[in-house]
Amino acid sequence: MSGHSTIHYKNPVVRWIDTRLPIISMMQTNAMDFPTPKNLNYMWTFGGILTLFLGIQIITGIVLVMHYTPHVDLAFNSVEHIMRDVNYGWLIRYMHANGASFFFIAVYIHIFRGLYYGSYKQPRELLWMIGVVILLCMMATAFMGYVLPWGQMSFWGATVITNLFSAIPLVGTPIVEWLWGGFAVGNPTLNRFFSLHYLLPFVLAALVFLHIWALHVPGNNNPTGVEVKSPKDTIPFHPYYTVKDFFAIIVYLVFFAAFVFYLPNYLGHTDNYIPANPLVTPAHIVPEWYFLPFYAILRAVPDKLGGVIAMFAAIAVLFVLPWLDTSKVKSAKFRPLYRQFFWILVVVCIGLGYLGGKPPEGWYVTASRILTIYYFAHFLVILPMLGIFEKTKPLPASISESVLAKHGGGGATAAAGAASAPENRG
Amino acid sequence: MRFDKTKAMKLARFAPMALVAAIAATAAVPARAAEEAHALKHVDFSFKGPFGTFDRGQLQRGYKVYVEVCSACHSMDLLAFRNLSQEGGPDFTTDEVRVLAAEFPRQVIDGPDDFGDMFERPGKPSDHFPPPFPNQAAARASNNGAYPPDFSVLAKARHGGADYIYSLLTGYEEPPAHMEVRDGSYYNPYFPGGQLAMAPPLADELVEYTDGAPMTTEQYAKDISAFMMWTAEPKLEERKRIGFQVMIFLVVLAGLLYFTKQKLWRDVDH
Repeated sequence: MSGHSTIHYKNPVVRWIDTRLPIISMMQTNAMDFPTPKNLNYMWTFGGILTLFLGIQIITGIVLVMHYTPHVDLAFNSVEHIMRDVNYGWLIRYMHANGASFFFIAVYIHIFRGLYYGSYKQPRELLWMIGVVILLCMMATAFMGYVLPWGQMSFWGATVITNLFSAIPLVGTPIVEWLWGGFAVGNPTLNRFFSLHYLLPFVLAALVFLHIWALHVPGNNNPTGVEVKSPKDTIPFHPYYTVKDFFAIIVYLVFFAAFVFYLPNYLGHTDNYIPANPLVTPAHIVPEWYFLPFYAILRAVPDKLGGVIAMFAAIAVLFVLPWLDTSKVKSAKFRPLYRQFFWILVVVCIGLGYLGGKPPEGWYVTASRILTIYYFAHFLVILPMLGIFEKTKPLPASISESVLAKHGGGGATAAAGAASAPENRG
Repeated sequence: MRFDKTKAMKLARFAPMALVAAIAATAAVPARAAEEAHALKHVDFSFKGPFGTFDRGQLQRGYKVYVEVCSACHSMDLLAFRNLSQEGGPDFTTDEVRVLAAEFPRQVIDGPDDFGDMFERPGKPSDHFPPPFPNQAAARASNNGAYPPDFSVLAKARHGGADYIYSLLTGYEEPPAHMEVRDGSYYNPYFPGGQLAMAPPLADELVEYTDGAPMTTEQYAKDISAFMMWTAEPKLEERKRIGFQVMIFLVVLAGLLYFTKQKLWRDVDH
């Protein structure tokens, strides 16, 4: 990435290339020898899983585009043409459709892992913020991709979501018409969504590059949240984490394959096999499952503009999270209260997801409101307060020490840990 | 002081569980009440389950029911006659398909010819099933304003799939006393709203079966439902077959990788 390589290669061809473009030594430093904390658990394998899924989505997507027609009269049937007449078209399409869901499952686990172990804290704030941008970009890409088959949910989902922008005072309606390219969702809308759906994954790839770059400056966080103190705390990325990640990827693919081959339409909506019809509104318009928590927040606010603001704020709040969490201790392992609140937040998010799939009536609305208020309270009230009031447990002096303690002989650590506990320092 | 703290922490530990229990308990009751009251009838179709395959005879009978009954009003635009001889389908031979295409109750509209006129001709294996109506307006005009949906992917476009279709076809009954059924509509509890414009399409002895299968409404309904599942998902058998191979491969690979990883990490204190 920068400067000259310090590695001397014996092979003259490799040396010739590397002295002119140090790409080989860069790969060796960042992907092979990269010093990685030796105590990472399986929650740390989701970064690799996510990179793989970006690759799967891009490759299957490029093949789908070879057979797909972005036109309101032809899109639905061209997707069915892929399912029926293209060799293994059904496999490619089901991988792409379920791949989006498994991309989101992995990204949500990845995010909650970051929340649990405090991976967003100094010195990784920017790494985290790039991650939030990646999440936004993924959501935009997934939303536009869902529109492309031009089924009933595609059409009405696009109508509902684009209409949200009409809530903006004064310029709302012109913005919506500008997004549509007309006065309703139609062929221009489908064409631009198709164009952007092809573009954004490559933007995503660039953001992932920045994300990994920003990761490789401070290095990985780890389950103790204690920074690497000496080379003893680390092991080279290859072969240790390449093999571990590879194993985790294959296990994740078992679940992915179960859906692709045995439940390919389980995560989709049956209405999307009905061709789009602007004259017939489906009984319940619901977005894909991975948007449901945000959809619940949107509908929880009685005011349209307020709902839109709340929905975007639900993600924006993550952007400033590094400064909302005032605790000096990173890992929830050593934060007994935060750990409880973390699990409550997980349940609240799942609850919001459940409510987002229900019609906005009766107790569903009340529950959505309570959970929405709690969601924001977690970040805006509980986290800032916890840093002040929570009594954290003593931290181990180093990663190596915590590992030793785990494998018997914990007596010494308790004493040493107490000395290093930051909350006791002036 | 110390005592209070542990108590508070115990409470906090139970809070998430209590929240889950509360959500689960409250969710279960009204959710069920809000949904349609009628549970679908479950048919033991041969294509269900991870190793399920279509019953060839059933698909062939289902095609016969479609041609002789349903095709009068319902199109099946995405299906071509050649599909009927494809692997994983009704398994007609190519010769049989040629006959089926030619003997379809409607001819195919082709053209324009050298004089600029459209003309009718018998179907060929490469033709798609000819639709019953030239356009949606014509379909509505002949069906009391209702539009008979295309059958191609219908089994995937309805909750419950083949079970739903079977339940609907066998679910016609007398309307409850308090219900007023619109003119030209029929009561069917499986249909959203309970009223649909389609008269009960099946009756015993309506279609002649030559393979000994019972000529009953239930059997017709089963066969057409299975046939529509195939038209909606023609690669179902291939999907499940490849899926099993992929699963075996992945599980074995995961096992090998696990032991590789264990051996590699044995000397690392982590």
